[in-house]
Amino acid sequence: MVSPGAPPRLELSGISKRFAGVAALEGVDFRLAAGEVHGLVGENGAGKSTLMKIIAGVHAEYEGEMRLDGRPVRFRNPREARDAGIGMVHQELSIVPALSVAENVLLGRQPLNRLGLVAWRRMRAAARAQLEALGLDIDPAVPAGSLPLGLQQMVELARVLLSGARILILDEPTSALSPPEVEWLFALLDRLRADGRSVVFISHFLDDVLRVSDSVTVFRNGRRVGSAAAREAGKPWLIERMIGAGHERLEESYSEAIPLAPRSRAPVVLAVEELGVEGLFGPASLELHAGEVLGLYGFMGSGQLDLARALSGKLRPDRGTVRVDGRVARLGRGTPGAKRAGIAYVPESRRAMLFAGESVTRNISIAVLERINRLLLRPRQERRIAEGHVRRLGIRPARVDLPVGQLSGGNQQKVALARWLTHLPRVLLLSEPTRGMDVGAKDDVVRIVRGLREQGVGILVVSSEPETVLSLADRILVMRRGLLAEEFAGEAVGKDRLLAAA
Amino acid sequence: MPNELTEATPRGRLAETLRGQLRNLAPFATLIALIALFSALSPSFATLANLGNVLQQVSITAIIAVGLTYVILCAEIDLSVAAVANATGILLAVLTVQDASTGIATLPLPGGLAILVALLGSLALGGVTALGVTRIGIPSFIMTLAMLQIASGIGALLVRGQIAYSVPDLLLTLGSGSIGPVPWVVVVAGVVLLLGHLVLTYTRFGRYIYMVGGNREAAEHSGVGVRAVVGTALVISALCSGLAGMLGVAYFGSAQQNQFDNYLLDAISAVVVGGTSLFGGQGGIGNTILGVLVLGVLNNGLDHIRMDSFLKILIRGLVLLLALVINVYAQRLRSRRRSAA
Repeated sequence: MVSPGAPPRLELSGISKRFAGVAALEGVDFRLAAGEVHGLVGENGAGKSTLMKIIAGVHAEYEGEMRLDGRPVRFRNPREARDAGIGMVHQELSIVPALSVAENVLLGRQPLNRLGLVAWRRMRAAARAQLEALGLDIDPAVPAGSLPLGLQQMVELARVLLSGARILILDEPTSALSPPEVEWLFALLDRLRADGRSVVFISHFLDDVLRVSDSVTVFRNGRRVGSAAAREAGKPWLIERMIGAGHERLEESYSEAIPLAPRSRAPVVLAVEELGVEGLFGPASLELHAGEVLGLYGFMGSGQLDLARALSGKLRPDRGTVRVDGRVARLGRGTPGAKRAGIAYVPESRRAMLFAGESVTRNISIAVLERINRLLLRPRQERRIAEGHVRRLGIRPARVDLPVGQLSGGNQQKVALARWLTHLPRVLLLSEPTRGMDVGAKDDVVRIVRGLREQGVGILVVSSEPETVLSLADRILVMRRGLLAEEFAGEAVGKDRLLAAA
Repeated sequence: MPNELTEATPRGRLAETLRGQLRNLAPFATLIALIALFSALSPSFATLANLGNVLQQVSITAIIAVGLTYVILCAEIDLSVAAVANATGILLAVLTVQDASTGIATLPLPGGLAILVALLGSLALGGVTALGVTRIGIPSFIMTLAMLQIASGIGALLVRGQIAYSVPDLLLTLGSGSIGPVPWVVVVAGVVLLLGHLVLTYTRFGRYIYMVGGNREAAEHSGVGVRAVVGTALVISALCSGLAGMLGVAYFGSAQQNQFDNYLLDAISAVVVGGTSLFGGQGGIGNTILGVLVLGVLNNGLDHIRMDSFLKILIRGLVLLLALVINVYAQRLRSRRRSAA
């Protein structure tokens, strides 16, 4: 416990950080006491991870001051932070899958024998003892990559802890964990707290945060907008501060409830039954109607992107069936099989969907080549099709011969959509369709999606941003930890309810 | 920023265009420079007869390089081309009546059938490579290395260290005959190059090759059957090698083990020197023609100026290295321009 008058374990004051001129953090103060678990919440891009990366030495350039046990420090790289006793478990795991659990736990600290070679038996014994001390029953000899994702995360956590970290930063630790694993983690955090170690716990799962933390801090738009003792702050208190009052932001914030349509009576175009991929999502069942936009919302890593990937033929499902217009779609045959079944997919990353060095024409025509020619290409027709889309969608600059890599993000997204507009698919999967776009481009995308809906296409919009699904969807499904958790239809729904359901 | 092109000054635009064309201009300039150099140094170089020599010397390489261009455009590699050529040539010889003194166990077939069966043999080898790469997922580098050894092994078992001399008449003509002043093998190479170019440029399959090489994931997300495209490219490569192998036997006048060993490096060098991107998606048969000619002129010209034949080996290595540097540099220029936009 904190002795009165002692400086906090970690104290940051006036921290600002810019990326390419854009402020990611502005004048943030943050205090972490010894023996405290401190929850950190905020939307994607609110600045939580940036602040933690400064503490962990990943970002060396910043304004402001950091004090560790009262002494000013400034880490130039992650190694210096680690040596000072700061350990971070990133959302993207950094274990080495091919190495054994023991090697991962003791990475960089393997015991050596007199010849300077790794003392294998000693290493396994040490790893086993240390894992058991943490309450983990994992065979240290198996490759770490063979463990389920949740256990891999625990192995990484064990490594950071055993390297002697006094301050532990956990970025979204519970998203990959099963309920018993979450319990184990919380028990562990209690022990760490009793040891006098300090923990920063970043999570989208507000219930988890409130349950395990001593105090919570909310970030919004690069600022700290509130801190409180966890037992005094409830979920509504957190959500209110995460979203902010409507008039504070220029952009529509959807803090007001948006009316959703009742369940559609149109015929079902896409019927998904018990679809699942081991370790990622499912089993999940859903129905998508003709002329309906179904929003699929969930926090990052909740499985909604993987569900879309499985439907696109990119990810092979282990179980379940998918029907398009009542006919079974053969997803095992990869993306050509899904395309033949009438499913089109626009992935979340532009790098994964566009040929940056190729012209706008070729980027659009790639999906219709088999329709407009038998053996020989017909460049003039390709060009005519592309010009039509460029005109209708307002793609700028209006030149079909330009390499698509020279267009802005919003225009690239329109090109990716245009690919599927010549011969309409039955089902269109849109993954994060408006991410990173300015307001004008977002409006254009919304208009294109609405137009497709009018023409009877079933559209599935998948996103981890509540605004995206709220601005597009007629009906919303919320995914939580790989499972469909809740459905919203025929009522007014705001961002707060989506956040609370996820 | 999208206006970058229109805002640039005329001179800036020219420089931009030239830099963008580096992978085409570099081999072309090299070819011109080499021809000028050797013409100045040796009176016997710039003659019509020698032009015929050069073309004849590069024909076999050119045929192999056509198939290899398809594979490299897909951002894959085929190291088995020379071995497949050798095995196919030997198979053809085994299917032809040989003089008893050669001591080779033959299984003579009529000439046309023998050619067909030998070609099917190379098709089968290519099919195995394609299955290994696309179905099992073995990286092409390793899979074709295994195929190199397998094809060599098949060839070795068939000839058992002996040398066969006979091939069907049709191939004898195509490989070593000529129509008027033009060797048949040059004509065949020309036809293969032309076909290769037409397929790449004017068919859907050709477009898919470029798209798969340019961005495999995007091609997949566009519903392109990426595995089928890559597999077909590998089969085409094996067929080209097989054809080259059969012609080579007639051209050399014999079929024996290891007689194609230089052709692996020559074919890869030709494609790379010509400017087809090692990272896939850019280049084509035009580039390969340039590359084949650069290597052919270099080889031939060095003989004309009586270059030490051992030094020649080193020079060819250095030329390949230089081409690799330009290849990677051109790629970097391109991605930099793209991210600047």
